[in-house]
Amino acid sequence: MVSYFKDILVGFYSLLAGMSVTIRYFVKPIVTVQYPREKITMTPRYRGHTQLALDEETGTHTCIACELCARTCPSQLITVKGVKLDKKKKVPWQYVIEYQYCSLCGLCVDVCPTNALEWSNEYRLAGYTREDSVIDLMTRFQRQQQLAGVPMTPIPEPPAETEEGAEAEGEVKE
Amino acid sequence: MIVGLIAVIGLVSVNALFLIWMERKVSAHMQLRPGPMEVGWHGAIQTIADALKLMGKELITPRDVDRPVFLLAPIVVFLPVLLSFLVIPFSQTLIIRDMNVGVLLILAFASLTVLAILMAGWASNNKYSVFGSIRSVAQNVAYEIPLLITLMSIIIMVGSFSLADIVNAQSKYWFVLVQPVAFILYITCATAETNRAPFDLPEAESELVAGFHTEYTGMRFALFFLAEYTNMFIVAAIATVFFLGGWQGPFLPGIAWFLLKVYFVIFLIMWFRWTFPRVRFDQLITFAWKILIPLAFANLIITAFIMKL
Repeated sequence: MVSYFKDILVGFYSLLAGMSVTIRYFVKPIVTVQYPREKITMTPRYRGHTQLALDEETGTHTCIACELCARTCPSQLITVKGVKLDKKKKVPWQYVIEYQYCSLCGLCVDVCPTNALEWSNEYRLAGYTREDSVIDLMTRFQRQQQLAGVPMTPIPEPPAETEEGAEAEGEVKE
Repeated sequence: MIVGLIAVIGLVSVNALFLIWMERKVSAHMQLRPGPMEVGWHGAIQTIADALKLMGKELITPRDVDRPVFLLAPIVVFLPVLLSFLVIPFSQTLIIRDMNVGVLLILAFASLTVLAILMAGWASNNKYSVFGSIRSVAQNVAYEIPLLITLMSIIIMVGSFSLADIVNAQSKYWFVLVQPVAFILYITCATAETNRAPFDLPEAESELVAGFHTEYTGMRFALFFLAEYTNMFIVAAIATVFFLGGWQGPFLPGIAWFLLKVYFVIFLIMWFRWTFPRVRFDQLITFAWKILIPLAFANLIITAFIMKL
């Protein structure tokens, strides 16, 4: 008889305890983000696609167009074309990644001898066609410079003799 | 009378639209979600969009159903719901007809809902529907007894079956203060009577597809849905009349107090749904016969004893 009433009281208390939990959550602020209208900022360590890193001292990138990234890429999706501007230093005039083939291995960032590549914070990567995910890192780098408030590095003219350069240009979306 | 009926049909529709929205909002906020946000202010007319979609749906009648019973069940489930509004006192003057058997009328008509669920389940010719309706009948029979007995202890105190008299008797204090056990018992039984979680075994999704309304589509399904939410309003209205002092309250007009209390009780029932997991069927029946009914009887006897002193 005692255990009968004890069961009722203990059960009733446990029900009240459960209800106090839900009412506490009821008045808590919601955590959902109304995505297209509001966006959350990514953490700095988020690994999006690669981008050319902005050097704080020189205000430009450190890419020397050695094409090590393009060679090491298992999916061979990186196209780097360099040009010698002053007979000594090579700079890229084209850096395109076809991100739809990327397996996110990160070898390109690891292999870079001058640490010119870094992970971007970009996460809105959905597109309607395959060509939407072809990313031109040179024009992107100019936008990064714009946002950082440093003078833009002009994209060098392609060397006149190369023919493939013009073909590759056609694939570039951005 | 006719004006009253039209007003009741309007109230039933608006109330169901509001309650579905409220349910989705309450459930969402308890899970830290915003709920419907797109249609109207904070999704306020989302239910209207859903209802329009439901009206456009094809009315499917499966081949092997018992046709007349199958077609009649959604109507039978809805009619008693409408009739119960006859005697609910919304305020001092706003009551369609103050009958001296008001409580009995509501409870008698509420029992008809069980018949409609049994009809729907049986006529569907589907094992899940039959299981759902069998559970519903067993559950409603079990929970109607403590429901009536708890209400009886209030009726003993007032000495009248008329809902208006019961509200008038609470002009000094609400009966929830002197009959807290009866209030808790009533809310429990009312949750079971309206087939809502944690007592929603007749339509337990994880076991029975959708229970008794598995085979219903379009507006026929919508009528069951409408009846369920209107039943919630009715049991909350009875709780308000019996325990929370009906239309009584300072400053605001009676109708505002009444609706405020009704929606508070409905919020309570929704709160149960999003807190407690569904009970097992044997637990459900054991709970009714071994705990609720003895407690309700004890409460009734003690009330009668104190009244006689």
